[in-house]
Amino acid sequence: MEKIAIVGVGQTRYEKRKKGEIFYDMVYEVTTKAMEDAGYTLDDIDSVITISNDFWDGRTISCMAVQEAAGAHDKNVSTVEGDGTFGAFYGAMRVLAGCKTTLVVAHSKGSEGDSKIITNGMFDPVYHRSLGLDAISSSALQANAYMEKYGITEEQCAMVSVKNHGNAGNNPYAQLPLDITVQDVMQSRKIADPLKLLDCSPISDGAAAIIIANGENAEKAKTEPVWVKGVAHCSDAYFLGDRDLADPRSLKDAARRAYAMAGITDPLKEIDVVELYDAFSYMEPLWLEGLGFCDPGKGGKMTEDGVTAMNGSLPVNPSGGVLSAHPVLVAGLARIIEAVLQLRGDAGSHQIDGAKTALAHGINGPCGQSHCVWVLGRD
Amino acid sequence: MAEWLKDVEALTLKGQIKVPYTWSVGEVGSRFLVALRDEKKIIGNQCSECNTVYVPPRKNCGTCFREIGEDEWVELGPEGIVTAYTIVRYDYPVQPTKAPFAYVIIKLDGADVGFVHIIKEDLDKLKNGVRVTAKFKEDRTGHILDIDSFVIM
Repeated sequence: MEKIAIVGVGQTRYEKRKKGEIFYDMVYEVTTKAMEDAGYTLDDIDSVITISNDFWDGRTISCMAVQEAAGAHDKNVSTVEGDGTFGAFYGAMRVLAGCKTTLVVAHSKGSEGDSKIITNGMFDPVYHRSLGLDAISSSALQANAYMEKYGITEEQCAMVSVKNHGNAGNNPYAQLPLDITVQDVMQSRKIADPLKLLDCSPISDGAAAIIIANGENAEKAKTEPVWVKGVAHCSDAYFLGDRDLADPRSLKDAARRAYAMAGITDPLKEIDVVELYDAFSYMEPLWLEGLGFCDPGKGGKMTEDGVTAMNGSLPVNPSGGVLSAHPVLVAGLARIIEAVLQLRGDAGSHQIDGAKTALAHGINGPCGQSHCVWVLGRD
Repeated sequence: MAEWLKDVEALTLKGQIKVPYTWSVGEVGSRFLVALRDEKKIIGNQCSECNTVYVPPRKNCGTCFREIGEDEWVELGPEGIVTAYTIVRYDYPVQPTKAPFAYVIIKLDGADVGFVHIIKEDLDKLKNGVRVTAKFKEDRTGHILDIDSFVIM
């Protein structure tokens, strides 16, 4: 693949309720932050991707409503309705197709709509929606299937929540830093078995932006470029019953292809830090298995053994992860941004020393129907 | 956020988008729902290439990417085995019944894929591997909830 790099990043603080800012304000904030970070002016941006969802926005063609805030006026613009990692994938394709730079910006506010009704709306209206399924209850089915198949324990999942909320304490952008114990998670309110309140990510508001540049323009940025080494996505079946929910096949496929592009043969040895989409605590071990960091069923043990802790051999979600802030659509872009900060050495008190290769991951569709995997590197 | 906004209550605007839809349920969907309504039967269809029996039925096999034919219908269940479940502890207006109730994925007898539905009773006996059977409503309209729920046998 031709060399492309992420040269600028910007994100809002993620919060429960951003009452003072409208979508437009958040998009403007992160667009200007990303341009300042790169040292670019608007003239340096020749292509823009906006990411939004009409139901979360409460207006149709929502992606077209923030164009001026995204610096997209009079520019080549396209839109993605899906997680930020997928929008960034499209942005990378545009740069590979000849654009010198692409700005990718995502926004969402969970606080303004109704997450259960909106996520109920992702299910098929004829067969599944009237059962009342939503993101939480469908994920609870996956958690049950996963724990049952491999004997993953609720305590192991609780450890993920303790770790990630703890990591969030070092990240000024995170919404929910918490100093909690496994017992706190285990005793938190039951939501949909086996998920308890502290196994679930919060409802969040926020926006994020990145700038992707070709090799020539990457050199013009004031930041140290973070190179895209490999990137791939893959989708599984739509209906939950068609899938083995304990086997993230599409993640395995996306990871295999991203690793092949990046020349990675032993991900556990070659990748220094991981930012993945832990919308629920059980997802972290399950996605670690899909990403090939351990054998199927061993993800819980990895957490238990401290491998994924800040001082472990494979720190996972040093930002605090999605468990500590879940602006839908934005969350995947936030994973990429954290990976970039880590590789640049700009992650402040959540810095993993000497990180050279990072992995960022996002999901789309119920229970991780599709996955997007990014391998980023400093050299 | 501007400093002055911190000392006042920011204005908000309440609204709602309410759009009525009339979705086509399609050829295979019609057959499936009519069988629920008129015969109290759950039917699926089988791809004759990979032999996968789908429920709900499909117009085409996603794996083989071939159309499933008119002669490939099969009657399934009404019994099956629970392969995944969750007991829901919260009430919400989009749900068909009051919490606690369970979502289950059921491998219906004769099917190769899971069928998602609900269980309302005997939640203390619910675990993976239990046998369940479909309980049909008296008044049926050609809807997925013509199956009121599944009950543990």
